[in-house]
Amino acid sequence: MHARIRSFALAAVALSAVASTACKKKPVVALAPVPVVVPFNKDSADAADAARRAAAAAKAAADKAAADKVAADLAAKNAAAVAAARAAFATPVYFDYDMSNIRDDQKATLEAKIPLFQSNPDLRIRISGNTDNRGSDEYNLALGQRRAAEVKRYLVARGIDEARIDVVSFGEERPAVAADNEDAWARNRRDEFEIIAGGNPLKLPNP
Amino acid sequence: MGVRIGISYDPVTRIGVFVTAVAGASGDSVRAMISRDLDFGDRVTVVSAEAGPPPSGALNYELYAKLSARAIVQASVTPQGSLHVAVHDVVARRVLNVGDFAFANAAPFSTAWRMAVHRASDEIERWITTTRGIAATRIAFVRDQRLWIVDSDGANLQPVGVGGVALSPAWHPTGRYLAYAQMADDGTHIAVRDLVAGQSQRVADLGGTNITPAFSPDGRTLVFSAGDDGTDLYAVSPFGNDVPRRVTVGRGSPTSSPSFSPDGRKIAFISGRLGHPEVYITDADGTNTELLTETPGVDQPYRSSPDWSPDGRNVAFSSQEGANLQVMVINVRDRRIRQLTGDARNEDPSWAPDGRHLVFTSTRSGAKQLWVLDTESGRSRQLTRGAGITRMAAWSPRMEQP
Repeated sequence: MHARIRSFALAAVALSAVASTACKKKPVVALAPVPVVVPFNKDSADAADAARRAAAAAKAAADKAAADKVAADLAAKNAAAVAAARAAFATPVYFDYDMSNIRDDQKATLEAKIPLFQSNPDLRIRISGNTDNRGSDEYNLALGQRRAAEVKRYLVARGIDEARIDVVSFGEERPAVAADNEDAWARNRRDEFEIIAGGNPLKLPNP
Repeated sequence: MGVRIGISYDPVTRIGVFVTAVAGASGDSVRAMISRDLDFGDRVTVVSAEAGPPPSGALNYELYAKLSARAIVQASVTPQGSLHVAVHDVVARRVLNVGDFAFANAAPFSTAWRMAVHRASDEIERWITTTRGIAATRIAFVRDQRLWIVDSDGANLQPVGVGGVALSPAWHPTGRYLAYAQMADDGTHIAVRDLVAGQSQRVADLGGTNITPAFSPDGRTLVFSAGDDGTDLYAVSPFGNDVPRRVTVGRGSPTSSPSFSPDGRKIAFISGRLGHPEVYITDADGTNTELLTETPGVDQPYRSSPDWSPDGRNVAFSSQEGANLQVMVINVRDRRIRQLTGDARNEDPSWAPDGRHLVFTSTRSGAKQLWVLDTESGRSRQLTRGAGITRMAAWSPRMEQP
């Protein structure tokens, strides 16, 4: 519709231009060209229009996809980082046979957990003490409690509010490795760390 | 019926006992049960011979004397629903004692029916040897982290019906209640099961880890282990609402597994206060604590699972010997230690009411199973055989007539 109106308007402008020239100069015998009404091709216009729209949509989609990809990449990176942080937080601390003191080689594992307490002020956790199956089943329950309490004491000394840490013992009742050998025993003498509140979503510490 | 010491009991040369065929309903099973109970009591020798028909009229004592029987058990199931028992002295040629044991309408082979037969066995043993038997008892234990109960003869295995992980069963002196530790993700609490009503109740939970319950001999106190830092023993009324009061002062060390002396005045328990577990005894109010298992010069000291004997004289416990735990007994007065096991891993002993037999966990047949040991003769028998890790045995008091 707009295309047709524009064609007539152009013709009118051409006529008025001829008239004004005739007043000032010698008449030039020249007739204004008869306006040619170009046959309007609606299909073609529609097609062009659709093409323009499609192009615009495609561009918008491409822009959005690019933005989405950036966001997704960021989210994936963040999710991976959060997952890594969760895994690092859940890394057990290991103990020597019949001992509950924290080994020097386990302190880095413990230290690595502290920033997450700081970036997640509502974070609450449960430490569960576990033993191998060599000693008394019942004494192992008490020893597991001691192991959990020892790590809690360490974290509290490093500034974590004690109300944020529950301790339980599973003794030898929940082995990580169900076998009777030195390797299994070593991997079963452990404290496990479980987030029980304030960790969803988990905010990563500032680098 | 008066108690007569009619047969002189010699623990070395055991009295031969013949159990005649039992007349009446389920008589064959009754004879088998009594024979087995007397055998498992380890105080008499059951003469194995064909029972023949139930005897009628006067017994031919000379015949039984030729079988090396010194006593004859003659029993019958009466139409009135009781077990009538007569024990004869073969040498004196007369009846030594008689008794009736009511089935109280219990269905044959039910727990109550079995206990009636077992009570008869225990009286028979008392008539013959002056010492009452332990057949009318049961053993609670843990198999695959669930509570079970089996009769002293290994029959009548039944789940207690407690859901979830349950550990460390302990009998109330009446035999009606079991205390145990119920474990969940967020901690372990002490519960008491009424075995008659089939219901459990939480009786102690100081938060975190509450473990290893034990009843006092009068049944009015329950002692268990709990704590935030290490663990200590606490005492509470098992059927009231009082606040648990602390008994031991472990100063952050692990403490567990209390066992009362039979007079209720003392408690044996494990503490890691020296850096490794040892058995200590304390007055029940927490004063006068002393190390019981003091054994200098041991490479890897590790002593656990005390159980005070019903006669008060000994404490059974487990001790690390080389690669394995073994069952030991220490005399409370002179502190002499006797090792009772040596084959495979043996641990966590619990005394029978006779102060002579122990049930404990052993790997001698492969996976952990319960075994019974006669501490006088050294004879042992396997109590449980089913699949699953079987441990934490607690021998009941005598199950009296309900």
